[in-house]
Amino acid sequence: MTSPTDFTLAEARDAVRARKISSVELTKAFAGAVEAARPLNAFVTETLERALDMAKASDARIAKGEAGALEGLPLAIKDLFCTKGVRTTAGSNILSNFVPPYESTVTQNLWNAGAVMLGKTNMDEFAMGSSNETSNFGPVFSPWRSRGSNANLVPGGSSGGSAAAVSASVCLAATGTDTGGSIRQPAAVAGIVGLKPTYGRCSRYGIVAFASSLDQAGPMTKTVRDAAILMRAMASVDPKDSTSVDLPVPDYEATLEGGVKGLRVGIPKEYRIDGAPPAINALWEQGVEWLKAQGAEIVDVSLPHTKYALPTYYIVAPAEASSNLARYDGVRFGHRAAGAHDIIELYEKSRAEGFGKEVQRRILIGTYVLSSGYYDAYYLCAQKLRTLIAQDFAEAFKKCDVLLTPTTPCPAFAVGEKTSDPVTMYLNDVFTVTVSLAGLPAMSVPAGLTPDGLPLGLQIVGKAFDEATVLRAGRALEVAANFSAKPAEWWRAA
Amino acid sequence: MSVDKDTVRRIAKLARLALDEGRVEPMAQELNGIMNWAEQLNEVDVSGVAPMTSVVAQHLKMRDDVVTEGGNADALMTNAPGGEDHFFVVPKVVE
Repeated sequence: MTSPTDFTLAEARDAVRARKISSVELTKAFAGAVEAARPLNAFVTETLERALDMAKASDARIAKGEAGALEGLPLAIKDLFCTKGVRTTAGSNILSNFVPPYESTVTQNLWNAGAVMLGKTNMDEFAMGSSNETSNFGPVFSPWRSRGSNANLVPGGSSGGSAAAVSASVCLAATGTDTGGSIRQPAAVAGIVGLKPTYGRCSRYGIVAFASSLDQAGPMTKTVRDAAILMRAMASVDPKDSTSVDLPVPDYEATLEGGVKGLRVGIPKEYRIDGAPPAINALWEQGVEWLKAQGAEIVDVSLPHTKYALPTYYIVAPAEASSNLARYDGVRFGHRAAGAHDIIELYEKSRAEGFGKEVQRRILIGTYVLSSGYYDAYYLCAQKLRTLIAQDFAEAFKKCDVLLTPTTPCPAFAVGEKTSDPVTMYLNDVFTVTVSLAGLPAMSVPAGLTPDGLPLGLQIVGKAFDEATVLRAGRALEVAANFSAKPAEWWRAA
Repeated sequence: MSVDKDTVRRIAKLARLALDEGRVEPMAQELNGIMNWAEQLNEVDVSGVAPMTSVVAQHLKMRDDVVTEGGNADALMTNAPGGEDHFFVVPKVVE
């Protein structure tokens, strides 16, 4: 028998339900994998003892015939979700000792469905980054390496720990959050599936806030079916989040195999960028052919304001971040600097010691674009651009049902390669950030490898609250791509 | 518009971030790099465009103005770095 850690979420669910394996056996196998994968630095906090207790409780419920949708299935949780009694750091020194007295709605939904928590995954500090290098707890290393090379690559970010954990098969699936691409970009470069649902589909209650008008939680999984299962479990209507939308959560798995016959797939011409590696555009063209061969109708569309999405995002998101992060004052929770003589000095020193370089940079940008005299020129202008960007999508979706694009402009890069220039790092999100500004659902599906053997993803973008069609189209892509590559488990010898 | 050292000091003060004098100049350069890149937004005519206020067409929900959770002061104080009883302790504010 192959190792239980090779199971997909769906396979593990079916095996546990059929009592072919107990949750305790499954959880022990994953706990061993988590320990063996420590060289990846994918976890900030492991909760393996707690996982075993949760697994025992799951087995007891299964014995009584009370199994939930995710009963007994070990998951990893991004360290941005507050977990009651378990340290939640957001990858930051300022929260390095924070133990939430409450649970996020998304994780509560998972525990209510019977899931088991293996630990909290590493991430860019406050989800600000595209490589997991801004974490206070050190970079995460991708399970993937270029053919013939021992150089450590980034797993993408900000949900880099979750992406690495799923890709290395040390959990069945993981949660991520996406503000400008933080689920889809790491999913693409780590060779897994990542779905950012429509803004409002998942409750944001208990998720450490970065940019509140953009932040959304979503699943990071091995397969599209797994994403459908986990998405349904994570989503809910929540009175604790006024932006959580009052819409029923569909059974995404039930419609997964519907195929793409007659589906209109839009190809936005602005996503063909100069300087992208040939493998990116070649894979995109391949994706078009795959969907066409399954009966989809290909439609050329235009999203004329695409090139303005990144600078718009880098005004809107830091503005919201500077406001959200004002709460970290060294008084009520979080890091407090020693030796401050007055309250202002206490604030200033606690924040300077608690926040890392990229977070400080974004707080300053946000403060600048919101400050008197600059608000209209920058922030208001960006909010108007955001309207135009959303209108582009509305126009395009009059002609098509989903869009197909590359997920990232490049494969995983080396640790340290892009840290010197912030704008170079920001460009990693060029294909994902536009969708975030419009609040739409989008999923990255692993679709191919570069000549060096590194994963690349394709992105399916859908209409608001039409995750079902995104998943259906993603499933068609997955079938055609038949992506089966796995990283060599070099960390076991490390 | 370019971000000079005085502007960096001013916004750091507004943001309540202590910034060592040695970091002011590099930060000014970094912010200028980012803001110059963002200047391309000026190419777009946004006159008559309404700024986005909600990304999803939706009415903000209202709820009754009542206490939904309470009586948990002990739990709330567990993370306070200078907490005593049910008080947050800070340096002297009033002489």
